[in-house]
Amino acid sequence: MPFKFRKRESVSRKAVLLVPLLSFAVSLLFGAIMLILSGADPVVTYLAMFGGAFGSTHGLSEVLVKSIPLILTGLSVAIAFRMRFWNIGAEGQLTMGAVAATGAALFWSQGWPSWTIMPLSIAAGCIAGGLWAGVPAILKATLNVDETLTTLMLNYVAVLYSEHLYYVTWRAPGRNSGTERIPQVAWLSRFLGRAHTGIFFGLALALVLWLIFRYTRWGFELKIIGSNATAARYMGINIARNIILTLLISGAISGLAGAVEVLGLTRSLQQGISVGYGYTAIIIAWMAQLDPLGVIFVAFLMAALLVGGDQIQMRMRLPASVGIVLQAMLLIPMLAGGLFRDYSLHWERPPKTDGVAGSMQADGMEAGGAED
Amino acid sequence: MTDGIRPLTVSAPVLRMRGITKRFPGVLANDRIDLDLYRGEVLALLGENGAGKSTLMNVLAGLYRPDAGTILLGETHVEIDSPRDAAELGIGMVHQNFMLVPTMTVAQNIVLGMPDLPIVPDLEEIHRQIEALSNRYGLLVDPQAYIWQLSVGEQQRVEILKLLYRGADILILDEPTAVLTPQEIEELGHVLAAVQAEGKSIIFITHKMGEVIAFSDRVCVLRQGRVVATKRTAETNPRELARLMVGREVLFQIEKAPADPGETLLVLRHVCADNDKGLPALRQLSLVVRRGEILGIAGVAGNGQRELAEVITGLRDIKTGEILINGRDRTSSSPLQMIESGVGHIPADRMGMGTVGNMAVADNLAMKSYRSPPLAEYGILRREKILRFARSLIEAFGISTPTPQTPVKFLSGGNIQKTILAREIDACASLLVAVYPSRGLDVGATEAVRRRLLEQRDAGRAVLLISEDLDELLTVADRIAVLYEGRVMGIVPTASADVETVGLLMSGSEAAELDGVTSAPSTVGAF
Amino acid sequence: MTGLVALLTSILTITLRAGTSLIFGTVGEIYTERSGILNLGIEGMMLASAVTGFGVGYYSDSALLGLVVAACMGGLLAAVHAFLTVTMRANQVVSGLSITLFGTGLASFLGERLGPATNNHSLVGLIGPRFSPLVVPGLSQIPVLGALFRQDPLTYALYVLVPLAWYYLYRTRFGLNLRAVGESPLTADAMGVDVIRIRYLYTILGGMLVGVGGAHLSLAYAPGWTENLTGGRGWIVIALVIFAMWNPLRAVLGAILFGGINAVQFRLQAGGTTIASAYLNMLPYLITILVLVAMTWWEALSHRVGAPAALGVPYIREDK
Repeated sequence: MPFKFRKRESVSRKAVLLVPLLSFAVSLLFGAIMLILSGADPVVTYLAMFGGAFGSTHGLSEVLVKSIPLILTGLSVAIAFRMRFWNIGAEGQLTMGAVAATGAALFWSQGWPSWTIMPLSIAAGCIAGGLWAGVPAILKATLNVDETLTTLMLNYVAVLYSEHLYYVTWRAPGRNSGTERIPQVAWLSRFLGRAHTGIFFGLALALVLWLIFRYTRWGFELKIIGSNATAARYMGINIARNIILTLLISGAISGLAGAVEVLGLTRSLQQGISVGYGYTAIIIAWMAQLDPLGVIFVAFLMAALLVGGDQIQMRMRLPASVGIVLQAMLLIPMLAGGLFRDYSLHWERPPKTDGVAGSMQADGMEAGGAED
Repeated sequence: MTDGIRPLTVSAPVLRMRGITKRFPGVLANDRIDLDLYRGEVLALLGENGAGKSTLMNVLAGLYRPDAGTILLGETHVEIDSPRDAAELGIGMVHQNFMLVPTMTVAQNIVLGMPDLPIVPDLEEIHRQIEALSNRYGLLVDPQAYIWQLSVGEQQRVEILKLLYRGADILILDEPTAVLTPQEIEELGHVLAAVQAEGKSIIFITHKMGEVIAFSDRVCVLRQGRVVATKRTAETNPRELARLMVGREVLFQIEKAPADPGETLLVLRHVCADNDKGLPALRQLSLVVRRGEILGIAGVAGNGQRELAEVITGLRDIKTGEILINGRDRTSSSPLQMIESGVGHIPADRMGMGTVGNMAVADNLAMKSYRSPPLAEYGILRREKILRFARSLIEAFGISTPTPQTPVKFLSGGNIQKTILAREIDACASLLVAVYPSRGLDVGATEAVRRRLLEQRDAGRAVLLISEDLDELLTVADRIAVLYEGRVMGIVPTASADVETVGLLMSGSEAAELDGVTSAPSTVGAF
Repeated sequence: MTGLVALLTSILTITLRAGTSLIFGTVGEIYTERSGILNLGIEGMMLASAVTGFGVGYYSDSALLGLVVAACMGGLLAAVHAFLTVTMRANQVVSGLSITLFGTGLASFLGERLGPATNNHSLVGLIGPRFSPLVVPGLSQIPVLGALFRQDPLTYALYVLVPLAWYYLYRTRFGLNLRAVGESPLTADAMGVDVIRIRYLYTILGGMLVGVGGAHLSLAYAPGWTENLTGGRGWIVIALVIFAMWNPLRAVLGAILFGGINAVQFRLQAGGTTIASAYLNMLPYLITILVLVAMTWWEALSHRVGAPAALGVPYIREDK
């Protein structure tokens, strides 16, 4: 192979900046190819997506609406990934958060003063999400059970359970599906259309986590564990305790996402709670390189792609999944490009081979051949 | 030509390497190296760690591609782009870390990757062939055994068999004796003689003078990536070789004050522990280290050294027995409790355990003391204090790094080790456990490491030095305990120790049979 | 008595039918993981293959052509994973997840776009060609075990494929090379085995088998296309690989167990049991977790880990 990767002697700043931008371009390019092949005009489609997301107050509001759960689940995933705990269960944790928040607002807070319903409901969502992540964390910390599968399997369990609740157990009389509306005292207030104050939870948490990662002992320990678990153990860090603690928090944030969806947006448990935010969160966390402030930015971008997808479905009758495909295609070149931070690509000429034994002996010993 | 010295036979060389140059980022590992090899000879490739011996041989074995230079086999130019090319040309190498698949049998390992292997190999036939080869060269091993069931010495036999089975004419052995007892080394000598007698050539990488004299016909000395001399073994002597290898008259002359041992610091009593596979690694091991002394641990690799270090640092649970530090019971303590008891640890695996490669030098230096003031207060890291702390250690230990924020992985091996040393010595209040601390370092760094260990001793701390290098132990340690199969076979004061006695203990001889050696349990009883 | 035999026969028939896609996927993933590559993209690959398989089958009216294209789709997505993880040394977990997300999105897009204009460009609800069960006369009349001979051609193919996959892995030199690459790529490389080529080869081969598994869903088991046709089967495959301890023969046991859950559930629902279907539907996922815990526990006890030692670790040759 004439091309060779060579380890850089320091991390390339240029690559860190260029890779995401190029990834975005590559993603749009491949998306365009796919659109052309399926008989749609990519330029018109992209313009419609952009216009749909940013061209109106309504669009912008919808972008905010979708970015709320994406920021929260993105943060949730980022915390876990920081210590290389592959929590892909944000979807289930979000769903359980929504379930518990609804349950608290509708059924479990009876007899409590009305002003407590909202905080109770939010707390219930956090606890449920935390527990849902806590089970895989405990299995990992004590028995070393692979977390990718356990967190994922629990997603299906959570979604089936929530469906059972809003189709059967908690279904409001007279409706095909969905619970009663939660009491108005528990609602999060809205602005700019459907956007709601849940966004401030996301922004505040991102800032707090950024500070934690940067300035606290705990953040330092997470980074050590994530970079080299053997070294972490050697440095005296209790890995099992960190796994459990971190995942309780990670799950709680996803649970909060679910609670906020119910209190701010749907105001009941109904179909459409689980629409894959927890999976998109993985792309977000990775693209943001697990940086909490980066999560805000990437989540916003992803929300725009989703809203754009919805808009072209309504206006152009193209599948909304264009947005999802574009999202996934953003990640793929990003993953490939990660290598360029630590490696550079070289064209390597093979060493000179045209010398014969005789000429070699004539002290032609200078390092002929490849110089780079 | 660089060397006019040829063996007594006048035949042309079977192998000529000319102008081999190989660069790694920041290192010129091989600098225009010329090397000749003749039929039926043993050529010793002598040099210190980092002299470029292994790199040169990896080029010959097809693992590395040289940046420049040519290789002639007989009179033909050859391109060795892969190990497969090398094998086809009759060149094979036994690497320092064995290239064996543990979950496969001896026979499967031997035939792995052979190009003319039938699609469905006839294992019965292969077993027979291997047995025949084993008997011919005295390399006894069961072809149906799984690699993970074999001892290190047996695994080495499999490696040599692998080359012979493939019909290699040029055998490269990279530090083959590092993992063997003196007695096993002798057996290896017989095997080499048998191989040589069939007209095959052997290149033998080593840094030990005794082996050069005992085994080789010619010796080629490398220093800092260059050939400094090629001699006929019969016409040279260890002193001359040592001078050539190191580049100055004497090896190490660290002036060392006599030890002044104080109170007992570390006591292990009848400690038993398992290795990662769940097999016993330490068996009823007892030993004592006092303040102001360096206790050396000698032994062939894999006799419980790693587990011993891990037990003392809380990284491995013990099954029975007890551990006392400073008179307090520290049995089944966590790594953190051990750190808090003042135990420092220089681990064998610098990149895998000792440092976090993608984190800054400053962070790595703070990794044992970040928990408490002044580096952290109320759980908040004091970044500016960490930086100041790091700067002072970088200066005190002469760590060469562009900035304190540079990720550790971009430093050289010697500077990575200095980083670990600085952190551990700073955090260590009473006991320093050093595992192979100078392995792979150049002369300067090795000397620095050894001086630091002595400094610790003289400051009244206890040092446990685990090393595979007997010369290092004899130079630095005050007493040497020999490990064999997880037991202390005996403890020898360095002043009265000689290589032969220690060698016999390393091969499992009982201390009681030897003069001037204390057997372990009675030593414990004395304290 | 005859009632019981009939019940068992029908349960076994459905079990095998439900297990077929799992076995294809599991054998494929076993080969991929044996080379040291963990591919978590199975779910997305299955979905993308299922939709393309059905789409091509629908237009060509040839289930066979659909099958071939589905296998190619699986192979193509696996090739992307191989490129990312082998050449670009990306994190295997994240790369696999991105393949799943991409495959899922692509399947959903194609399902809404490939269809005829008369059906609003959608493939949902269309009827296409299928692999129908072929009843072997005589053999299919054996009580209970007759179920083995009332299957579609893809299931019959497994009767050959699975033993062959085992034989290839443990008895041929190709299998020897493959196992060596997954256990110790450095050793394999030093012995002249081309680690990079083998990782590409078996990741793609594994992807093609996964693609066949996906095609079995849309062309035989539940002919047609609906969104989320796989219902998480791709993830169950990953659990089954662990359950099978990377051995193709044991994959059958696992697949039958999971297929059996499906079958029993099917019978119970048909019988109008009162257990809420949500709880029954959760069972496969909960059992997967239990299996994982049990396997991990057992491995820890026995100290012999069945996973290829180099699974998930990128191989970098000249890196010092």
